[in-house]
Amino acid sequence: MMFHDVLVIGGGLAGLRAAIAAAEKKADVGIVTKLYPPRSHSGQAQGGINAALANNPKAADDTPEKHGFDTIKGSDYLADQEASIFMTEQAPEAIFEIEHWGCPFSRTDEGKIAQRPFGGAGYPRTCYGTDKTGHYILQTLFEQTIKHDVKTYNEWVVIALVKDADACCGVITLNMHSGEVQAIGANAVIFGTGGSARMYGNTTNALTSTAFGVAIPYWAGVPLKDMEFVQFHPTSLYPSNILMTEGCRGEGGIMVNNKGERFMSKYAPKAMELGPRDIVARGVMTEILEGRGFEESYVHLDLTHLGKAKIMERLPGIREITLDFNGLDPIKDPIPIQPGTHYCMGGIDCSIDGSTPLAGFYAAGECACVSIHGANRLGGNSLLDGVVFGKKAGAAAADYVKDKPKQPRKEALDRTLKKEREMLDRMQKANGTENPYTINAELNKMMPLKAGLFRDEKLMSSGLEEIKAFKERFKKIRPVAPGTSFNFDKIWVLEIKGNLDVAEALMAGGLARKESRGGHYRTDFEKRDDKNFLKHTIATYTAEGPKISYSDVQITKYQPVERKY
Amino acid sequence: MIMTEFRILRYDPDKDKEPHFQTYTFDSPKGMTVLEGLIYIFENIDSTLAYRAMCRGAVCGSCAMHINGLYNLACRTQIDNLGGKVVLRPLAHLPIIKDLVVDLEPFWEQYKKVQPYLIPKQQAPEKEYLQSEKDRKKLDPWVDCILCAACYGSCPVEATDPKYLGPAALMKALRFIDDSRDGNSKERLAFVASDFGVFRCHTIFNCQKVCPKTLDPTKAIAKLKMKALFG
Repeated sequence: MMFHDVLVIGGGLAGLRAAIAAAEKKADVGIVTKLYPPRSHSGQAQGGINAALANNPKAADDTPEKHGFDTIKGSDYLADQEASIFMTEQAPEAIFEIEHWGCPFSRTDEGKIAQRPFGGAGYPRTCYGTDKTGHYILQTLFEQTIKHDVKTYNEWVVIALVKDADACCGVITLNMHSGEVQAIGANAVIFGTGGSARMYGNTTNALTSTAFGVAIPYWAGVPLKDMEFVQFHPTSLYPSNILMTEGCRGEGGIMVNNKGERFMSKYAPKAMELGPRDIVARGVMTEILEGRGFEESYVHLDLTHLGKAKIMERLPGIREITLDFNGLDPIKDPIPIQPGTHYCMGGIDCSIDGSTPLAGFYAAGECACVSIHGANRLGGNSLLDGVVFGKKAGAAAADYVKDKPKQPRKEALDRTLKKEREMLDRMQKANGTENPYTINAELNKMMPLKAGLFRDEKLMSSGLEEIKAFKERFKKIRPVAPGTSFNFDKIWVLEIKGNLDVAEALMAGGLARKESRGGHYRTDFEKRDDKNFLKHTIATYTAEGPKISYSDVQITKYQPVERKY
Repeated sequence: MIMTEFRILRYDPDKDKEPHFQTYTFDSPKGMTVLEGLIYIFENIDSTLAYRAMCRGAVCGSCAMHINGLYNLACRTQIDNLGGKVVLRPLAHLPIIKDLVVDLEPFWEQYKKVQPYLIPKQQAPEKEYLQSEKDRKKLDPWVDCILCAACYGSCPVEATDPKYLGPAALMKALRFIDDSRDGNSKERLAFVASDFGVFRCHTIFNCQKVCPKTLDPTKAIAKLKMKALFG
């Protein structure tokens, strides 16, 4: 039976960084990814990664402490402050490390790592490599895993966690190449499976960024935290919702409505286009809903005044995308944009070292919720989250396994393997008629309407009812397609099951949170309510639906005040 | 809506002796991409169809395939531009596993051979290595490669010599040779000039023609040849 000391699930930034950290501690590491690592969604991050390096002349007195404060303020005070501060303190070292491994960051005149302004930040502290920062860091980390000769199971899909006596001892996987279902034993499992924005149709995320990654531990009894907090990126390309980096605005891009007004003056008079994402996204959506958009669907992101040279140097990827997908050139034409579902602040409930209530099971990156981002994440903090907490979780897991016997717990693995094989068999012998993709498409359409930028009791309670109805229909789906090798239907049906259960937790958490905070904006409770809701939502899986409870927010340094930008 | 025809080369290892074409027809809205067409077929007509796809934004490199005679990414190809008739085959020079999914291992094996990671010239400083903007700009033509293997599929040398390192791996080697922080240029150059390296390239320009990121592996290989010969 296959076995590793530490098994990392996911080949994006968090997963790769965790694997490198564990390998550096001489643990025997394996990576399981449903893709190849360089295909991971981290590679789509464009604008940059935050660290108070003070390389930009306009940021000479920037410090990790100020970065920490901006992060906590941006979170609408729902972040656990010790965790946010840990991340911002670790940021410079984390970035120098990647640079030492060869990451091609853009440079200042002195040859240092270049930094640009981003939303919600007091200084230009977003380190970037043109507008392909995620791609460059992902490539760099992938290169390091090759250097460390880390065993990687490419295109193997994890479908379940295995527990033995209340500790995690491995996973069940589906090898896409052979179609075999197999167990891999491990003394520690780290999930770096990324976000879940594909519950929503209007998303910037990759096709595979479904909620399956967080659903697997959720089904195994690990709670999810703060799932109702979803970030809508203000500028996604219309109509494909491909990301148009915040760097567009960081470099001086402006947004205008159909009257030619620079409308952000109404919503964030000081910060304008560089307010935090929740506020800017609501501004854009308000313009569209109140009839000041174009074709009732979008506003313009205008870069034309930046000039050809700056666009070619700083935003070449944006130009490639708009040319490829809309046939327009941002040097000459404004870009049609609308908000797109972008990031899940919530995720697997974990501590600062990635450990979860399930011993031996760790989480890092977007699938995890420490919480660093609270109710709203700042642009440039997600890549940072991935590398800082990936490293932390990888090291913690390597320490945890040190004295454990290096052998698979065969009985528990075989038991779960049998159960999962039977489950897949049942899927293939199902006798229903529902098309799972129709159900998913309806979920995708419903989520932005009922758990989108503007929410209220009526929307969310009817949304919850709809999800319950989807789940009933899902029980009657048609049989899964036949075929052993690369049977994507088999996997997609599970991904959709994950979407339904996690969307239910999201909706239930949002319905119970009768306040507005960060990305969770309720038109029936427009104010933040610290007295009743300065707390994390905890959702625990039950067959009847999510059980909602709460946990404390760690407030150490900064007392909550109203956010103004 | 426009009536669209997809002819797809299909192969199921469970039952087929050899690949064969299958045709699907459906109505496609204006602006639909080839990838969206594949997804439509998969979700609504035939869920046994196998193809790789991920970012749908031309940055992850998953969906490279042979589209109406050219290698490209399915996600960045508009059906309209193909006149409503789409013919899809998998990447060439790699064994077909199922339908449009090929075994990419030979491609990754070549990639790994070029030591695709920085081998630093000097001990790491406390902060970042200083690198002038001019030196950084030298990397621009090479570092945007998304490893989609379109160049590999298009390269006729790969057809006859599977040991040839190929355009993507060679461009990767140059990416480090051109990096002011790397200290292994000599060894890297010696390796790419060895039996299965740059001198196998016949300068046919296919890789330059098909690269979906409009990079120029042909130029990279030419530059490596010059460096290998003249330093």
